Amino acid sequence: MEEQVENTEQTAPVPPKKENYFITGAKKLFQAGIPRKSLYDYQNVPPTEEELKENILIVNHLKKYFPVESNLIGRPIRYLKAVDDVSLKIPYGKTLGIVGESGCGKTTLGRTLLGLYDKTTGEVYFDGKNITDYNERQTNAIRKDMQVIFQDPYSSLSPRFSIGGIIGEGVLVHKIVPRNQIKDYVINLMERCGLQPQYYERYPYEFSGGQRQRICIARALAVNPKFVVCDEPVSALDVSIQAQILNLLRELQQERKLAYMFISHDLSVVQHVSDSVGVMYLGSMVECGPTDRIFDNPMHPYTKSLLSAVPVPDPRRKKDRIILQGSIPSPANPPSGCRFHTRCPECMEICKTKAPVYREYEGGHSCACHLYPQE
Amino acid sequence: MKEKKNGYISFKESREIVKYNKTQIRYYEKLKKRKHIPEEEYLATMRNPENLVEFDDLHTFFFTDTGTVKAVDGVSFDIPAHSTVGVVGESGCGKSVTSLSLLRLVQAPQGQIVSGSIRYRTKDGACYDITKLPQDMMEKISGKEISMIFQEPMTSLNPVFSIGYQLDEVSLLHIEGATKESARQKSIEMLKLVGIANAEGVYKSYPHELSGGMRQRVMIAMALCCRPNLIIADEPTTALDVTIQAQILDLLRELKEKLDSSIMLITHDLGVIAEMADFVVVMYAGKVIETGTVFEIFDNPCHPYTIGLLKSKPVINKKVDELYCIKGRVPSAVDLPDYCYFRDRCDMCTDACAGKYPGFVQLTPTHKVACYLYDTKQS
Repeated sequence: MEEQVENTEQTAPVPPKKENYFITGAKKLFQAGIPRKSLYDYQNVPPTEEELKENILIVNHLKKYFPVESNLIGRPIRYLKAVDDVSLKIPYGKTLGIVGESGCGKTTLGRTLLGLYDKTTGEVYFDGKNITDYNERQTNAIRKDMQVIFQDPYSSLSPRFSIGGIIGEGVLVHKIVPRNQIKDYVINLMERCGLQPQYYERYPYEFSGGQRQRICIARALAVNPKFVVCDEPVSALDVSIQAQILNLLRELQQERKLAYMFISHDLSVVQHVSDSVGVMYLGSMVECGPTDRIFDNPMHPYTKSLLSAVPVPDPRRKKDRIILQGSIPSPANPPSGCRFHTRCPECMEICKTKAPVYREYEGGHSCACHLYPQE
Repeated sequence: MKEKKNGYISFKESREIVKYNKTQIRYYEKLKKRKHIPEEEYLATMRNPENLVEFDDLHTFFFTDTGTVKAVDGVSFDIPAHSTVGVVGESGCGKSVTSLSLLRLVQAPQGQIVSGSIRYRTKDGACYDITKLPQDMMEKISGKEISMIFQEPMTSLNPVFSIGYQLDEVSLLHIEGATKESARQKSIEMLKLVGIANAEGVYKSYPHELSGGMRQRVMIAMALCCRPNLIIADEPTTALDVTIQAQILDLLRELKEKLDSSIMLITHDLGVIAEMADFVVVMYAGKVIETGTVFEIFDNPCHPYTIGLLKSKPVINKKVDELYCIKGRVPSAVDLPDYCYFRDRCDMCTDACAGKYPGFVQLTPTHKVACYLYDTKQS
C-alpha cells in the first residue's frame, strides 16, 4: 500500500502546461483544438493520503468533450461538453447516487471514469492509485476491480453466448478460479443472484427483463469487483421486479463491501439506495452531499424543482410544485454564466454572465449557485 | 408433458395450434368484413347514462404460434363522463390492449376481439357497441371523438412529414368543410394551446428536430385537434424526464378542464395515478383485480397485488430498510392456471384460493375487488 501511495505522489502533481505542446499520437491531436485555457483552468490539488485510504474512487476535474464539428483538415473546432469539470469521491463500501435529466451526462460520466471513453482531462484515483495515464494493459488489469451494469438488459447481453458463457467469460479472462472450477463457481454465483442452475446452458432470449438484469448483475460480480457502476439498472423494469433487483443489489453490497455509483433519473430509487447523492445538470455537478441533506434541505433551485416534480403516490398531497419551463438546452451550445439560468425560477442578473463556483458548504454539502456565498 | 415444462412445444402440437388459429382468425375476419351490417347489431344502450364508455366482459385474444394469448380476459369497467380513469398494471397485463380494443387498433389478424362489448356514447347521444361497429362508422369516431396519445412520440410521428402536415391531416379528415388554410390555422392554434411558444416554427419543423417533451406536446395537440370526448393517454410520460413529466401532466389536467373531456390514463407509475386519476383500475394478467376511486385504492388497498405494488415502490422522504417485493413473476400468458393468477406470488393465500378464479366482491358502491380474502369476511 505504501509503495502505491509513493507512486501516485510522483505522478500526481500534473500542471501539464509544457507537456501539452508535445503532441503525441492521435488522441492529443484531437485535444489540440480545445483552447488550453478552458482545459487547464483549475488548480490541480492531488488528494491527501488519508483521502486515498478512505475513498475507493476520487475524481478530480474530469472533463469529456466530444468533437461535433471539424474544419477542413479534420481538426475539431467545436465540442460537445458532455462532462464538464466534475469532481467526486466515493468511500469504500458506500453508494453515490447520480441524478439528472436525460442528456445531462450521467452515463458519460460513468463510462469515462471506468475508462470506456477516453478522458479529455482530469484525474481519476482508484483504490489508492492514479489511473489517469494508465495504458491499455494496465487498464485491463484494473478492470477486474471496476465493473458496470448497463441500462438496457436487452441489448447488453450477447445473444450468441449461453448464460454460463456470459458470466464465465470474465472469470476465464481474469483467471479468478482455475479453468476446471469455472462452472461450479458460476453456478454458485447464479444461485446467489436468484437464477436457477439449469439456466446455465440457456440463451438470453429465453429470459424476461428482470432475469436478464440478474444475469447482468451476476456478470459484473463474477470477477469480484470492488466498485460497480450501475447505469440505470432498474429503469427498464416493472415496479415489482424493480424492488427485487434493488434488494438484491443492497444484499450484495453488504455481503461483499461493494461501492456503487448508482446512476438513475428516478429520485425515489436514488434516495432508497444511496449514501450520498450528486445532482448533474448539463454536464456539470450542481449539488452533491449526503442523501438526507439533499432530500431534506436541497440548496440548488434545480434540485428543489426536481424533488417537487416527482409524483408521490398519495392522492391527498397538495399539488403545488415548481414546474420548470422549457427543456434542457443542448450541451453543444450551453447558455452563458450559470447553465441553469434559462430555466431557473430564482434567476438573478449575475447568473446570466458569471458562472457560480462549485464549493463546499457545511455538512459535506457542495453546491454551485449564486444564491449562496461564493467565497 | 415434459416438453411443456421446459417451455418448448413439439412439432405436432405446434401444427395443431396453427390449424386452430387459422380457423379462428378466418371466422373473426369474416365477421368484420361483412358489407351491410344491420343497425340493430351495433346499437346498444348504456347501463348508466352518465357513463361515456362501458367495458363489458371484454375478451381480446392473440392467436400466436405458441398458443392463444389471453391479453384481455373478461375486463369490465366504466369511464364516467368528465373524469379521469387510471389503469395500472405491470407490463404485459393487458392495459394497452384494452385501450387499443376501444379504438379497434388491435394488431390484426392475430389479435381479435373475441367476445364482450364496449359501449360508447357519442357526442350526439347515440350509443354504439364499438366491437361490432362497421369500419366506416369507426373511422368517424376514432380520432374525432376518441383519440389517443401514444407512449413513444418518436415512433408514432412520421419522420418524413413535417409536424404541420401531420397536424393538418387530422383537421382535413375530420372537420367538415375544412380547407388547407383553416386547417393550418387550427393546427397553429392547437400548438399554442399545448404551450409551444414558437408555434409557427414548430409547424414547419420535422419530428427529429424536436426534443422528447416537445414531441409529446405535438402528439397531445394532434389528439386534441377535434376536441374529443375521450382522450386515451397510453403511458404519456414514461419516456420523459420528471421535470418534463410534471409539465405534461399539468398540461393534460388543464386541457381536460378546458375541453371538458374524459381521460383514460394508462401507466405503471402509481405516483402519476395518484396525481391525475379520479378512478383507478388495477389490472393483472389480463384481468381487472380491483377498481375504486383513487382515495379508496390508495387509502385502503384490498387486493394483495395492489398492496404489494404500493409497498414495493420507494417513496421520497419515506425511509424503509428493505423494500417489500412481490416474489416470482407474472405467469406466462399462454397457459394460465385455473385458480387465481396471483396465488403463486401471494403472501395472504388461504385454502379457498385453490378454487376457481375469484369473482368480484363489492366492498363499497364504487370499490370492487376480486379476492377470496374478502369473500369470506362478508359471508
